[in-house]
Amino acid sequence: MTRNNVQISKGTDWILVILYFVLVSIGLMAIFGVTYKEGDSVLQSFFGFNTDYSRQFYFACIALVLGLFILLTDSKFFPATANLWYAAGIFLLLLVFPFHSAVKGTESIIRIGGFQFQPAEFCKITVALALAKYLSSPDTDFTKPRAQLIAAAIALVPALLTILQKETGLALVFFAFFLVMYREGLPAIYIVIGFAIAALVVATLLLDKNLLAIVLTVIAGVVVFLSWRKIKRDNGVLIKIILVWLLCVGIQRFGVPFLFANVMGKHQVERIYSTIGKDIPNEYLKGEQREVNTKTGRKDNTADYNVKQAKIAIGSGEIIGKGLLSGTQTRYGFVPEQRTDFIFVTIAEGFGFIGCVILLSLYALLLFRIVRIAERQRSTFSRCYAYGVAAVFFFHIAINICMAIGLAPVIGIPLPLISYGGTSLLTFSILLFILIRLDADRQMVLR
Amino acid sequence: MSVFNQSRSYIIRIIFLAVFVIILLQLVNLQIFGSKYHQLALDNAVFEKIVYPERGIIFDRNGKPVLNNTIMFDLMVTPFEVRNIDTLAFCRLMQIDTVEFKRRITDAILKNSRVRPSVFLALLSPEMQARFEENSWRFPGFALIERPVRIYPYNVGAHLLGYINEVSPKDIERSGGFYRMGDYIGKNGLEYSYERVLMGQRGVQYMIKDNKNRIVGKYRNGDFDTTAVAGRGLKTHLDVELQILAEKLMTNKVGAVVAIDPQTGGILAMASGPLFNPNDLSGSGKNANYGRMALDVKAPLLNRAIKGQYPPGSTFKPLGGLVALDEGMITPAFGLGCGGGYYYCGRRVGCTHAGGGHAANLRLAIANSCNSYFVHVYRMAVDNPKIGNMRKGFETWADYMHKFGLGVKLGIDLPSEDKGNIPTVQDYDKEYKGSWSSCTNLTLGIGQDKMTTTPLQLANAMCIIANKGYYYTPHFVDSLEDEKPEDAPVLAKYREKHEVLTHISDTAYNAIINGMHDVVTHGTARVARIEGINVCAKTGTAENFTILDGRRIKLKDNSMFVCFAPKENPKIAIAVAVQNAGYGATWGGPIARILMEKYLLDSLTNRSKADLERISNANLLPSYFNRLQYKTDSLRAEEWAKAYGDSTRLKRYLRGVRKVEADSSVKKNTDNKTDKNKKPANTDQNVVLLDERKYFRKPFDNMEEEV
Repeated sequence: MTRNNVQISKGTDWILVILYFVLVSIGLMAIFGVTYKEGDSVLQSFFGFNTDYSRQFYFACIALVLGLFILLTDSKFFPATANLWYAAGIFLLLLVFPFHSAVKGTESIIRIGGFQFQPAEFCKITVALALAKYLSSPDTDFTKPRAQLIAAAIALVPALLTILQKETGLALVFFAFFLVMYREGLPAIYIVIGFAIAALVVATLLLDKNLLAIVLTVIAGVVVFLSWRKIKRDNGVLIKIILVWLLCVGIQRFGVPFLFANVMGKHQVERIYSTIGKDIPNEYLKGEQREVNTKTGRKDNTADYNVKQAKIAIGSGEIIGKGLLSGTQTRYGFVPEQRTDFIFVTIAEGFGFIGCVILLSLYALLLFRIVRIAERQRSTFSRCYAYGVAAVFFFHIAINICMAIGLAPVIGIPLPLISYGGTSLLTFSILLFILIRLDADRQMVLR
Repeated sequence: MSVFNQSRSYIIRIIFLAVFVIILLQLVNLQIFGSKYHQLALDNAVFEKIVYPERGIIFDRNGKPVLNNTIMFDLMVTPFEVRNIDTLAFCRLMQIDTVEFKRRITDAILKNSRVRPSVFLALLSPEMQARFEENSWRFPGFALIERPVRIYPYNVGAHLLGYINEVSPKDIERSGGFYRMGDYIGKNGLEYSYERVLMGQRGVQYMIKDNKNRIVGKYRNGDFDTTAVAGRGLKTHLDVELQILAEKLMTNKVGAVVAIDPQTGGILAMASGPLFNPNDLSGSGKNANYGRMALDVKAPLLNRAIKGQYPPGSTFKPLGGLVALDEGMITPAFGLGCGGGYYYCGRRVGCTHAGGGHAANLRLAIANSCNSYFVHVYRMAVDNPKIGNMRKGFETWADYMHKFGLGVKLGIDLPSEDKGNIPTVQDYDKEYKGSWSSCTNLTLGIGQDKMTTTPLQLANAMCIIANKGYYYTPHFVDSLEDEKPEDAPVLAKYREKHEVLTHISDTAYNAIINGMHDVVTHGTARVARIEGINVCAKTGTAENFTILDGRRIKLKDNSMFVCFAPKENPKIAIAVAVQNAGYGATWGGPIARILMEKYLLDSLTNRSKADLERISNANLLPSYFNRLQYKTDSLRAEEWAKAYGDSTRLKRYLRGVRKVEADSSVKKNTDNKTDKNKKPANTDQNVVLLDERKYFRKPFDNMEEEV
């Protein structure tokens, strides 16, 4: 065992560990900045359990303890139990349906005693493990569509269940795992098609209907022109092009409106339109929303407030920020959800552009480090898992910061290691520590 | 397998990098180029607190402050912060009971939310303020806030100074958003006319507030605050001692006194009766007092000096004489034999003198105030053969009147000045269906018929005569504190000489002026004689009517008096009107004399002092007001009962056999309650003399103030 220990400590990637501690500390400091009430004695409230930053501190301690356990576990444990964990995750997800407690409009949290537990968060870990297991299994030939479909299913089944629990934002995280599949050989075309459809949807919202139809037709025409020779040889190409064109127009004309009017909830519609910055068209609204606000002359969009306040707070930080405890927007509560979803705002207002650059550099360093670790693994399992971790982190970081700066609709996902929240801190910590453990044994070939 | 797709790892890294760069670009956009966010953040968090400046002070001609500022305190409460206080002790301290306490707190919460301060007790007396200050540490959530309040050290000038009160939404709109809720604005009098000068400039304090709108501190330590600029003062022509005297003399009388300095047009005193203490409309009782006075049929809030419409009576005669002189219809030597009446028009116009050559020439006619003479003179002016046409003659006469300042607004620096009434050709055409002559309205010559003037116009007319043809627009303000070039147009119009009737010859003026001097030396105004000063005056005893209980009633004559002194170099011109008081010389005369003595000699003779006491103690309030007040109150009670089903107030009026409703003639009366002395209706009913005994009624013993 001592030999193992020595090996573990030799193999441990210290850069990751240091980055982890730095980020958690930044998180504690940011939460402190938001929730500190003047006049409280810092030390006392730190060790009491009343304030948010003390709670976060205790969760960090718990995470460290868990991390220690993970580091002491045999790394073969993980691939061996991956599928088991996955099943447990699905089970817990199913358990939510009868046992959930309604907290702030979501139906995805189980409450036991004083603790809240969100299985969907936990599933991020299980999917990372299970997907890695599947992709590293010798029977899997990832060039075959069948294998690709199964992999997708592994990633998306929890997503589906999460959607059913009214946590659409969280469900979207699972799409990040396509990054892993891409690395393992998923034909890029699928990803491209995915982005193309997303772009089409956005374009539908931004551009006028008929204009878009014309643009699509023009593009189709250009494609036909350019591949005229191929068409001459094989008529099928023309038919394919026409089919694609029909599909695009169909999505634009019918799919998107249908989605927005009937499937998506009011909040989601509002949030998306808030990001785009346009007024919501009447067809997508129900009931009293259609009325125009007499003061502003536009329709009320309740999602606007969060985004506006966040932008104001970030913008007011300017280059060097106002200081952690002096930001007026932070201190006086103007940005809603500032300890959780909008924690980035605290850093932006407090430390300005320079602070943001430093934070982004730290995250970039983290991600690149993980990718580097991924590439130096000998076993596929570790590599896939590492990419899974990178994907999850990247998705959270990118979307959360874009939310705060107004480039993405508000989805409600936390900033890794910094946002307040025990479950989220634990989840990310576990993800990282398992990676560190697997990386320590990078020379081994695991299954 | 591990080396497959290794290139993809680079693609993945590039994707990561690209996203981060996009984020950075947006951050640059927001933080480096987005200065508007800084401003918006301020808008969120910074609260502008308005600091109100000291309002300008108004001084009299000798630099004494007629109107000054003081600070009173409102007790404010923020219900959210009121915790664990000893309610009983508080109530005992502030002298309210716990029920009242609860009610006020609930009021504050409902009207202005828990977290914002609201007024708990407005305008505390100094004693209450001191009590609270001593104990303020015991009662969190309560605080005193300063409120500027006007005080009137001499207790005079209510009508001309006006009052201030909180601005109404209409005022805000009219000012184009310059005022905000909570500002005070002048509502009447000089406070209104010179609002922009007196108000000064608001200051701003920037405070930080949190997202619940609570103030949590100063923004940037007050670096951005601007201080308030105090309002500028006004120096007026008013003589406060004269004003005090005038107001004392008008106690318990209905009417007005106006004293003007002919050489500048500056108003030396202006008093309107019934009076009230201006301090009543300032401070804590102001709304209650205003309500009480508004319901009084005697209309104490009315400034009769500029709004009272009085038939001038004989005081008009000098003007009529001047017109005829100027038209060349008469010369100062013109005489008329008067045997006690004027019969040329069929209808008799009585004269107080009979025979004795009392109207042998112009001077004598004025001195003896011969009605026949001036009726005739008027007819001559209207029927002037040089003009030829009676209507044109009338219009010419009316034009003269306008030049004298009658029937037009003079432009005094007070709001809502009335212009009196000089009838027009159309008025008579309408009434007499086109067939009328100078005989029809001959009483215009003696200042009756449809003619009405305000006391201000009479005083101004005196100025014109005293100056022999020119006047300055009557005004109060002599100069502004720190006069700036922008102020010039405002004051310029009061410094402009209006030479309206300088074309009338000096001989004409002298005839009239001498005649008026004779009035004092051996005419009807002997009571106005002052030792060592040549006073020129004219008395007037004007008939007036009203409608009461459905009948046209002749009231006691109005006592009118106009004068100016000294004759050689006039320094003061006075017009007095006392309603329903009798002869001009009885009341108007002594009042004018006392004021002239005070102004010209700076002291009163013993005789005047005695007269002062006698006059100020005399209650000349016309008795029919009691009847009118009773009727008005009972009607109001009835309407109240009808509207709210609450007949408690009505019950006290239903005592006795006669019921108050159903009498249609009763309803008619209320329309005229402010028109007591206006033109009477043209009915041919028999005119009944007012029987004082019938209409004088003591108030009920248990009648409370109806507010």
